[in-house]
Amino acid sequence: MVAPTTPAEIGGIGHSVQRKEDARLIEGQGNFLDDIDLPNTLHMAILRSPLAHARINGIDSEAATALDGVVAVVTGDLMDQHGLAWMPTLSGDTQAVLATDKVRYQGQEVAAVIATDPYIATDALELIEVDYEDLPPITTPQQSLEEGAALIRDEKEGQTDNLAYTWETGDKGATEEAFAQADRVVTLETHYPRSHPAPLETCGIVADVNSVTGQATIYMTSQAPHAHRTLFAMVAGLPEQNIRIVSPDIGGGFGNKVPIYPGYVVATAASLLIGQPVKWVESRTENLISTGFARDYYMKGELAVTDQGRILGLRVNMLSDQGAFYSDAQPTQFRAGLFHVVTGSYDFPAAHIDCKGAFTNKAPGGVAYRCSFRITEASYLIERLVQNAAYEVGIDPAEMRLRNFIQPEQFPYETATGFVYDSGDYPTALRQALDAAGYEELRAEQAAAREEGRLVGIGIAHFTEAVGAGPAHTYDIAGLKMIDSAELRVHPTGKAILKLGVKTQGQGHETTFAQIVAEETGIPATDIKVIHGDTDDTPYGLGTYASRSTPVGGAATAMVARKIADKARHIAAHLLEAAPEDIERTADKFHVAGSPDQAVSIQDAAFAAYTNLPEGMEYGLEDVTYYNPPNLTFPYGSYVVVVDVDPDTGVWKVRRMVALDDCGVRINPMIVEGQIHGGLTEGFAMSSMQWITFDDDGNCIGSNFMDYLIPTAWETPRFELLETVTPSPHHPIGAKGIGESATVGSPAAFVNAVVDALAHLGVRNIDMPVLPDRVWEAIDTATA
Amino acid sequence: MFPSRFDLVVAQTVAEAVEAKVDAGEGGRFLAGGQSLIPMMKMRVAFPETLIDINRIAGLDAIERVNGHLQVGALVRHADVVASDATFGAVAAAAPWVADPLVRNRGTMCGSVAHCDPEGDWNSVLLATGADVVAQGPGGERSIPIADFVDGAFTSTLGEDELVVGLRIPVPSGRSGGSYLKLERKIGDYATVAVASHLELDDSGAIAAAGLALTSVNPINTKVADAEALLVGQQPSDELFAEAAEVAAAAAEPRDDVRGTAAWKRQVVRTYTKRGLAAAAQQAEGS
Repeated sequence: MVAPTTPAEIGGIGHSVQRKEDARLIEGQGNFLDDIDLPNTLHMAILRSPLAHARINGIDSEAATALDGVVAVVTGDLMDQHGLAWMPTLSGDTQAVLATDKVRYQGQEVAAVIATDPYIATDALELIEVDYEDLPPITTPQQSLEEGAALIRDEKEGQTDNLAYTWETGDKGATEEAFAQADRVVTLETHYPRSHPAPLETCGIVADVNSVTGQATIYMTSQAPHAHRTLFAMVAGLPEQNIRIVSPDIGGGFGNKVPIYPGYVVATAASLLIGQPVKWVESRTENLISTGFARDYYMKGELAVTDQGRILGLRVNMLSDQGAFYSDAQPTQFRAGLFHVVTGSYDFPAAHIDCKGAFTNKAPGGVAYRCSFRITEASYLIERLVQNAAYEVGIDPAEMRLRNFIQPEQFPYETATGFVYDSGDYPTALRQALDAAGYEELRAEQAAAREEGRLVGIGIAHFTEAVGAGPAHTYDIAGLKMIDSAELRVHPTGKAILKLGVKTQGQGHETTFAQIVAEETGIPATDIKVIHGDTDDTPYGLGTYASRSTPVGGAATAMVARKIADKARHIAAHLLEAAPEDIERTADKFHVAGSPDQAVSIQDAAFAAYTNLPEGMEYGLEDVTYYNPPNLTFPYGSYVVVVDVDPDTGVWKVRRMVALDDCGVRINPMIVEGQIHGGLTEGFAMSSMQWITFDDDGNCIGSNFMDYLIPTAWETPRFELLETVTPSPHHPIGAKGIGESATVGSPAAFVNAVVDALAHLGVRNIDMPVLPDRVWEAIDTATA
Repeated sequence: MFPSRFDLVVAQTVAEAVEAKVDAGEGGRFLAGGQSLIPMMKMRVAFPETLIDINRIAGLDAIERVNGHLQVGALVRHADVVASDATFGAVAAAAPWVADPLVRNRGTMCGSVAHCDPEGDWNSVLLATGADVVAQGPGGERSIPIADFVDGAFTSTLGEDELVVGLRIPVPSGRSGGSYLKLERKIGDYATVAVASHLELDDSGAIAAAGLALTSVNPINTKVADAEALLVGQQPSDELFAEAAEVAAAAAEPRDDVRGTAAWKRQVVRTYTKRGLAAAAQQAEGS
């Protein structure tokens, strides 16, 4: 751990300051979407398709409209009259708001009821009759791309098959050359299954459009309120100054609250037409079956290696299941997110990735569930491949990694797919994690256990992430550059308000961002109020996802705080009757160089900013900064998992989980550890139990928490955390971002551990989730 | 999740509850812990017209030993069973595996038995121990052996106007032991596979009585009578239990689903029967 430079009462970087937001949330004084209760609010319920693929021949809403308390029944035809039956997605496709022609997945929005209370709205749904004509459902991307498969997107001009996109990167020729020189090629075909972020709070909206002024105040569960304001303006044609998005306390997002969902559009249109506020809060089932899912990639990876265990090249072929609409939330130029990071932590010259996506009769989404745009899939693939390559070459999986790591002196390092990694010391990280786990002893125990018929596995993952999108030259979403901002106002008494373009969903921004300001100005973190989520009251930004808050918004905060500190230094010079260049700043004082007694505090300078200024200086102590990051940041980590496998049932238990993370400078170590614990739990969930699957008719299996499993403290293993600190050289405070590291890195470690337990039997793959029946079958097949 | 409209009757006595059920007819449902019924209502897969709340009825919350039986009243929560020192063998072993702590605090053992969910834990325990369900209707009280009570998935032979008021589980007088081995995906999940075992030993150490029942691997909780017959009269041994495990595995007709393949579930029945009987024997031998 790096020692803090400020005293505890200032609470700058490195202090485990208690989270400011906790008392409010724990004592029930939070303000979540469903807590918002405006006068005359109407309630919306959505009728969803029970079928995965069907033509709509007609909708009879007469009985529903006649029900006492029903104000309106909205159908696709009505939305179409206002040009709102379809909306653009974040990946340049279009998505049905309410179905007009066909339903394309189970759970798709077909109609909406607006009523005086939610019970009546739900009752009315049962009275709407939809005449469906069955069409053949397509439930896998392989089926979807077969010759003669039913055309899912028949409404789309020029679309003659079910191909959603193609994408290619790397150097094909160089990669072929590398494979020609290889002693062997290690291949892994694996499916990263569909999962869902499943935040504790589902999505919702209260749309309040004033029929006289046209002012639209939209309360919504948004991870990106500013981007949503602009998109609302562009989609609905409303003047942007009349749109105010307020994102209140959010009960978890994990990517699920990045997209704009049809329910938001319908509720806003209904409020506009009716002239009353309209509220819609999803049920758990609606959230799970219709909002942004994650993953669903079929991946084939091949690694060209020498007999000495050197990696020469990587080839990847992928097919993604996009569901009915291509609505991945990702930067425009990136068709499969930041999958480029698939070269991982390793130094090799050639890689080539070939990817396509297919439409299927499943819910759309493709959000990055606690992951920076497809990095989880990429990291999983390379870490599984490297582990398998070690078995094939016949060297230890840890040694395999050490032989191929990018070395500390190679940074900045340009990968074969064009990312420039900022900093790292991978060998030190891996060695520390292995030592903490007692790796040598574990391997000895494993060998002895195998003699007795017991199965012990040791899994390693050493991941590198690419987060903090991103530089304006390359990164935009729907044309909006991925910059972010911070505005700092210091009041005369020295207390401050920090306004952010990013928006917390539980990450602790109200605490950590205040700590950055405390570090840079000397104003105690407890004296700094952080405001975010209200677009009328905060500067522009692209929001919180892809671990970008600290890399981008945190950098903006440091930069604006430096501007304030610099102005305060000039004021201090005036108060001390010295030249500004002779003023030095300590943690909490400005003083004349060489004379620590001749000092004023930041509070003194703040008061003077409004009362006693040097000649020619403008009054006030406030500023705003927009930050365009020069590069992504590249956090990394080394994870070691030890499992015991029951050979009779395939049940596996985690005995140890050692997680070393290097996220650069840690602003609040306690919050960082909390983020890692949460991410490891989600990684454990995906590897052990969590998936959204479908039957052959396209029925979603996993529509509630009976079938979509979230581990509790009972199942979740104990985590042993370690750290190294390698600052990002280009970030103002050297921080890299930590929100998603553990979700990205841990699935491969868990799966590698189970595969490692069976590796001596020749087992090389078990797809996630690693359910006990899959383990038992792998043993059964290998020993048959 | 908003349920349909319903009427609520709060009964103060069993007689009142039964009367209310007679009045409500088919549209009436009793409400005890509500841990299955309320979620079903929220999802609108159940829409009773009348809910008859029995939670205020005095005298239904006792769990105690009476005349060689463990008697469990209709308002005894799963958590009460966990905490009780009147329990024994398989009953004590199963209690902490029912659902999760939140559901156990509210849900009742009798409610779970009456619900007849083939993935429910208690009916296997009752089948293994040979318990009776006590029901009261307009005509008075009657005892129904559990094997006759369970009729199918979510259906029982309980009369339309009858309320389950309690359970009577015979307590073995000699040396005995029991176990409940459950494989679940996570806490609170229904069993993927579970096996209830119950053994009583005679003075020679041979098995005098045996109970074996399976959860989640057949359309209803299943008593494996052939395996029980095979065990009785024999000295406990790993070989004997392996033989019984094969019979149990053959009696299971699981299906492929998201929880796992049928072949694997049968393998878990085999393994858990072997281990469950061994645990029951060990407990009996130490008793």
